[in-house]
Amino acid sequence: MTFSLKGKTYVVMGVANKRSIAWGIAKSLHGAGANLIFTYAGERLEGSVRELAGSLDQNYPVLPCDVTQDEDIAKCFKDIKELVGTIQGVAHCIAFANKEELNGDYLNVTRDGFLLAHNISSYSLTAVAKEAKKLMPDGGSIVTLTYIGGERAIENYNVMGVAKASLDASVRYLAKDLGRENIRVNSISAGPIRTLSAKGVSDFNLILKEIEEKAPLRRNTTPEEVGDTAVFLFSELSRGITGENIHVDSGFHIM
Amino acid sequence: MAEVLERVTKIIVDRLGVDEAQVSLEASFKDDLGADSLDVVELVMELEDEFNMEISDDDAEKIATVGDAVNYINGKM
Repeated sequence: MTFSLKGKTYVVMGVANKRSIAWGIAKSLHGAGANLIFTYAGERLEGSVRELAGSLDQNYPVLPCDVTQDEDIAKCFKDIKELVGTIQGVAHCIAFANKEELNGDYLNVTRDGFLLAHNISSYSLTAVAKEAKKLMPDGGSIVTLTYIGGERAIENYNVMGVAKASLDASVRYLAKDLGRENIRVNSISAGPIRTLSAKGVSDFNLILKEIEEKAPLRRNTTPEEVGDTAVFLFSELSRGITGENIHVDSGFHIM
Repeated sequence: MAEVLERVTKIIVDRLGVDEAQVSLEASFKDDLGADSLDVVELVMELEDEFNMEISDDDAEKIATVGDAVNYINGKM
């Protein structure tokens, strides 16, 4: 059993820019010898994802995928099937909430804001799993990104925390369902990382400071640390693990 | 001052794909340089890295023009 992912193909969903955790995962997968396929949401991000994918010198395919549209997900995975036949896993790194609701009291969330956050950040994993499953006849591994704000109440994280709790439960139920097909489903709960999305959470810099002061390792998490854990979860080394959440957060979750 | 403007200009040209000539102190990120709200967040993060400083959310909201950014950075350096 090795870490090598040579000859295996993974779909990486949710790269926005060089700071994205998804990009950290892509770099680690690439480093482990895997082939990659990138998906992006909306034209705005296409250029940035193409530029980053191009920097890996492998001509990795870059495809659009709007996870709020079932037809779009179906088309995306149909296109992937035509390109590569089968895949061995998916990195789901997708979340969204209105910036105005990542501030102040959770109580002020609107019905629309609540549904939007859950639609994009939680349901999308299940919707993607349905299509990805068809491309993993010999088993596979699905990894998503969660955050401690789904386990406890974190200042300003609000509706995104509620959506992450729903995502965490989805991981367990999907793991239960897909275990029959030898498809594993796990999540990584990364410590706060300075990404474009994280900057949408009010006073994010203060959250980073708290980790530096209190986490056992006394430092913040890097996308590379998350990427390397993702490689583990995609590799055979983790073959006995499913429905699990691994905290890659300098140990902050035990404090 | 000149050096800060130069470094800020380079970041703006890189991130927003605008012509260097468009980047004046009076230029508004949103109105003149075509930045959307995500671009502005990305720019703020690039400035934080480039000048090794932290720009709080409240301060970032007040930065509307290139001159605002340059003045803010000069004030913190």
